[in-house]
Amino acid sequence: MSESARNILEITDVSKIYGPLKALETINLTVPPGQWLAIMGPSGSGKTTLMNIIGCLDTASEGAVRLDGLNLAQLTRAELTGIRREAIGLIFQQFHLISYLTALENVMVAQFYHSMVDEGEALAALERVGLADRAKHLPRQLSGGEQQRVCIARALINHPKIILADEPTGNLDEANESLVMDILHNLHQAGSTIVVVTHAPEVAAHAERVIVLEHGRVVSDK
Amino acid sequence: MFWKMVAGALRRQKGKHVMIAFTVGLGVSLATAMLGVMFDIGDKVNQELKAYGANLNVIPRGASLLGDKYQLAGDDGGEAAEEVLAANYIREDELYKIKMIFWAYNIVDFSPYLTARVKVGNEEINLVGAWFNKHLSLPTGDEVDTGMASMKSWWKIEGQPVDEAFPDGVMVGRNLAGKLKLAPGSTFEAAAADSGLVKTLTVRSVFSSGGEEDDEIFAPLALAQELAGKPGLVQRVEVSALTTPENDLARKAAQNPDHLSRQEWDTWYCTAYISSIAYQIEEIMPGVRVKPVMRVAESEGTILHKTQLMIVLLTILTLLCSALAISNLVTANIMERSVEIGLMKALGATNLSVSLLVLTEMLIVAFMGGVCGYLAGLGLARFIGLAVFGTSVEVKTVVIPITVLMILAVTLLGSLPSLRSILHLRPTEVLHGR
Repeated sequence: MSESARNILEITDVSKIYGPLKALETINLTVPPGQWLAIMGPSGSGKTTLMNIIGCLDTASEGAVRLDGLNLAQLTRAELTGIRREAIGLIFQQFHLISYLTALENVMVAQFYHSMVDEGEALAALERVGLADRAKHLPRQLSGGEQQRVCIARALINHPKIILADEPTGNLDEANESLVMDILHNLHQAGSTIVVVTHAPEVAAHAERVIVLEHGRVVSDK
Repeated sequence: MFWKMVAGALRRQKGKHVMIAFTVGLGVSLATAMLGVMFDIGDKVNQELKAYGANLNVIPRGASLLGDKYQLAGDDGGEAAEEVLAANYIREDELYKIKMIFWAYNIVDFSPYLTARVKVGNEEINLVGAWFNKHLSLPTGDEVDTGMASMKSWWKIEGQPVDEAFPDGVMVGRNLAGKLKLAPGSTFEAAAADSGLVKTLTVRSVFSSGGEEDDEIFAPLALAQELAGKPGLVQRVEVSALTTPENDLARKAAQNPDHLSRQEWDTWYCTAYISSIAYQIEEIMPGVRVKPVMRVAESEGTILHKTQLMIVLLTILTLLCSALAISNLVTANIMERSVEIGLMKALGATNLSVSLLVLTEMLIVAFMGGVCGYLAGLGLARFIGLAVFGTSVEVKTVVIPITVLMILAVTLLGSLPSLRSILHLRPTEVLHGR
């Protein structure tokens, strides 16, 4: 098996330029399947920009991004939408649950846009994050930690090739942070590839690899 | 799942959706009312124009209009005289046939006229006999009251109008009354210019028509026939009929109905054009010619066309205003939901699926508002009919599919800017605040 075939993600000389500002500058990065990678850096260092490019929510101005062997630069917007649907699970700092749908329905939304809804499977995903008993609750009836766990269940439901988490514990207290990190640990042990963007060293410490960005450049890769 | 999302969104933004429904309803109610009036306005305008008098003149086939008004002939007996009479006069006892044509119910009123020359003092003047409020029993069993009373609604009458029950009671024109010093209640003697027959007449009223009739006397038809020595005869008949405004087919038929194709002829004959009504009167009364008063008929067409054009333009403007208001409301709705829509796109929703979701919501809201608007429009049309025409407007069923199309058009047009913003919405901008 070749080196490129083994990697789920390959980033080669990627830059992202907004007018005079270079948000990312010549980033090179490879992530093998099953790796837990943390991307750290201060505000404005380009971590979220890099995550958006990996998550097919944005495109690189220069360079190549290969996700599961596909060159993202060659794909149309509709094809990128397809990749998001099929291969990526997104976890947000603000959870972004749909307020008028229950926890279960929020998980099913991801199924709906992926293929077809399966309530049993969605309930199993909630059970996996310890929220089966809260399935019929609306987001406003859930705590922050519970909302984030619903968000994780939604990210898992379509068996993505890579899970991208943007500051997953940024809005949580210590107890809920611990719960969420435990879930991510379990996912990692089950073989999921996880990329976590964080500015918190204690969150990054859970990862098996940490890269640090500063001014759009990788300054550390451990 | 799709319908759960639609129902959830409808519930969550109740206030905004009620506003959108209200806006659609307002536009649709105005449009329904205006379209209802537009489709019914032909008959209404027609009825209004009936107040301006007759639109058909029936004259004997052999007489010119001028001859009918000013010449009296065929009074010297004999066979030739009979022919002259037949050519220059219409038999009073045949007039009921006017109410027996195919379009009988469109004949609102008619009145025959016969002019006798009489001498009052040294003045030689016209005494015009007419039906004022004549009761007819038709062979069909129908009972009809007709006459000139309602055909000359603009005449100002001081006193009692002429009544067939008072055979010597007359109406005197204002100019003549001034000249002869006559007033309601006074009596005078009138002598037939030809036979010298003298009758004592009572003035029931003095009228003002604003025309040449102000120098004439109007009397029951029987009195004029006696003074003119023409019992049972009339010179002309004025007919007031409800007609369909003229169009190209009617104009073509008016030139010569024989030039119409079979299909055109059927359409023309079975439509209440003034020319087809005239044709049918001539069919049932072979000895007469019927001349449409084209001035009135053309006015009807022109007024109707202009009014309908104005209503169509107002309807379009109303719908455009509604679309604009809806556009603002839907755009505000989409902006408020930009994170939700961005999330859907981040989860893999296509532009089409998000647009369908939003459009479905808008169409449901619009149809609810549209149905309420349609019902309100029916009431509004009724109110407009009563306020403007004095009778309620009957909204035709054709307005329903037009209303549905209007709702669709207004909603789609109003949703276009927000759909465009959905297409351009980038999840990164709303999910991460970039």
